[in-house]
Amino acid sequence: MTDAAPADPRPVQGAPSRPSLLATSDRMKRRNAAEARFRAYGLIAISTAGALLVVLLWNILSAGLPAFQRTVVTVDFTLTEDQFDAAESVLFKTREYETYFIAALSDQLRDRGLDLEFDSASVERLLGKVGATLRSHYRDNPDAIGQPVRFELPTSSRVERYFKGGFARADIGDTNRFITAADLDLADALKQAGVLRTAFNWTFVTGVDTGSDNPGGAGIGASVVGSFFMMLVVLVLSLPIGVAASIYLEEFAPQNRFTDFIEVNISNLAAVPSIVFGILGLAVFIQFGGGQLEIQALKASAPLVGGLVLSLMTLPTIIIATRAALKSVPPSIREAALGVGASKMQAVFHHVLPLAMPGILTGAIIGLAQALGETAPLLLIGMVGFIARYPETFMGGFEGPNSALPAQIYNWASRSDATFIEKAWGGIIVLLLFMLTMNLIAIILRRRFERRW
Amino acid sequence: MYDTRNAERDVTQNEIKMSARKCQVFYGDKQAIIDVDIDVEDKMVTAFIGPSGCGKSTFLRVLNRMNDTIPIARVEGAITLDGEDIYDPRVDPVQLRARVGMVFQKPNPFPKSIYDNVAYGPRIHGLATGKAEMDAIVEKSLRRAALWDEVKDRLQEPGTGLSGGQQQRLCIARAVATEPEVLLMDEPCSALDPIATSQVEELIDELRESYSVVIVTHSMQQAARVSQKTAFFHLGYLVEYGETGQIFTNPRDERTESYISGRIG
Ligand SMILES: Nc1ncnc2c1ncn2[C@@H]1O[C@H](COP(=O)(O)OP(=O)(O)OP(=O)(O)O)[C@@H](O)[C@H]1O
Ligand SMILES: [Mg+2]
Repeated sequence: MTDAAPADPRPVQGAPSRPSLLATSDRMKRRNAAEARFRAYGLIAISTAGALLVVLLWNILSAGLPAFQRTVVTVDFTLTEDQFDAAESVLFKTREYETYFIAALSDQLRDRGLDLEFDSASVERLLGKVGATLRSHYRDNPDAIGQPVRFELPTSSRVERYFKGGFARADIGDTNRFITAADLDLADALKQAGVLRTAFNWTFVTGVDTGSDNPGGAGIGASVVGSFFMMLVVLVLSLPIGVAASIYLEEFAPQNRFTDFIEVNISNLAAVPSIVFGILGLAVFIQFGGGQLEIQALKASAPLVGGLVLSLMTLPTIIIATRAALKSVPPSIREAALGVGASKMQAVFHHVLPLAMPGILTGAIIGLAQALGETAPLLLIGMVGFIARYPETFMGGFEGPNSALPAQIYNWASRSDATFIEKAWGGIIVLLLFMLTMNLIAIILRRRFERRW
Repeated sequence: MYDTRNAERDVTQNEIKMSARKCQVFYGDKQAIIDVDIDVEDKMVTAFIGPSGCGKSTFLRVLNRMNDTIPIARVEGAITLDGEDIYDPRVDPVQLRARVGMVFQKPNPFPKSIYDNVAYGPRIHGLATGKAEMDAIVEKSLRRAALWDEVKDRLQEPGTGLSGGQQQRLCIARAVATEPEVLLMDEPCSALDPIATSQVEELIDELRESYSVVIVTHSMQQAARVSQKTAFFHLGYLVEYGETGQIFTNPRDERTESYISGRIG
């Protein structure tokens, strides 16, 4: 090619004519169309999922947030020594206290220019048994006698539901003995005067379950404690056992029929419905362990038993996640460690495990979150009972009867009172908050460990 | 322990560091090394050459029992270090690997800092007491691997953040930091540029003063430059083993001759 002719930009005569780059070929068009379609499907899928999520969240929040609020009546009250003595010396003591209270409330309203008629019956319909509340306060704090005390009294659940829009005045029949239209007028007036207002419902967060006579006072606190003790059991049992089992299976166990068999069965266990674990827990822990072997701690409704059952359920999840994390560590790292004379155990603990840590933690927290939200096995071991007390000691937290967050929600949702239904939704919000927190912890831990390469 | 089987087949050399007799390696049913007899001498560089897949890496891994980590691999024959059978059931492979170090074909630094990469071996073997001593070991090892000047200001940065060639030199530094008696190097220069290669070759030459070095290489020139003895492998057989000069100028086997002149491989 030494006798180079001047370059000819036109296609050489006779050569097959090449299509221009500027025109898209049919084949290319089809490919592009397929790609565009695929992207559209993806977008549709994601936006559908997003929309459903928004609907779900909106639903939960609108139904559950009111559970975190309640209406309270604030009354400044001073009980003199004479009044105390007088009240304690008559037969119907709480009635006396109520009279004092009504007088104080009337005074307070009159100071604000309101002259309202109300009797003790309507006060009871509005605020419940005020006399008893006051009396127990002064009996518990004798120092408060003679001092001004500000009482924040929760209104009855019907008044609360009225302000939350749960029912209208027209819904009240003439013969309703729980609430009358006049009561609502009074409540409205109290609200106008600023005596009645909406406040954060601490009772819901810290309280215990109540009977159907006091739905407004029911709280989720005790069942959160129950869930906490169960999670403690799950964490302490399934994390070390699961991680140790995975490390052994993945790094040390010989490859043979037996380990293959174990491997298949672990995968199968992960797919076993949780209610089966519940039956197992009932049969093994409660009937056999607690009954036959007479182990005191293994009782029905005990968070310890719940935790054991949930540990069984969580183990396969943790093992599978941990093994996947260990598998993803390149073998060259193990060789490198062995090559400088590290023992197998040193290779695993110094090099493989730190690299697998983010995956292990993610798996563990997913497993824990699953366990936290699990209800079915708890039904079988009796953790849905009515629990109106906090455990008194730390060990009592494991052994004493308790409920759990999801079981409490299930329980409330099956009661007829609308206030309980609202609390069930509120409980769902609490549960979701815990899930969010756990995921957040997972993300933080993952970041922390990933930064150490 | 002295294995008498070796005596009968001995080729008589001065100061034999490692030797193999009737070595066979199987991967499952497939035999990768067949009947290999070799004596690796002390204070000398031995090169393994041969076409790809002929079993060089496999045989190298026999010498520090790295094949133990492959479940399907099986080694037969007598392999000795200083006359002691390294496959004796009483031998702990971990102890062996502290004395027979290895640099792998693909650079595999730990995902830790450069400093920790080098310090890891000495640390687990308790070679240094105190930080100052460890610092000295790290610096010395990195210098020997011709990497010190490039990384001395960033010892705390991850070893995986280095370039491929730097990573390989880091692996060399890591291997020499434990002061092994035998250093096995599987194509240590395949990822290096000519300058780094010549630095590593210098290092190998320097290591010869005190250690026995076995190097697998695809570069005939490199084998000729750094080694005193060369072994030519072909299809799992050790075809020829002798003085490097003799192998390259006057091979006895025609397969060696063909390979060296570029006709097989
Ligand atoms: N882990 C293994 N499992 C099964 N077979 C293997 C394994 N490692 C190596 N082999 C086989 O053993 C034979 C020798 O492999 P080896 O890696 O020793 O070759 P090599 O000489 O180092 O080649 P290269 O120069 O390409 O690195 C090859 O046929 C290879 O397929
Ligand atoms: Mg190789």
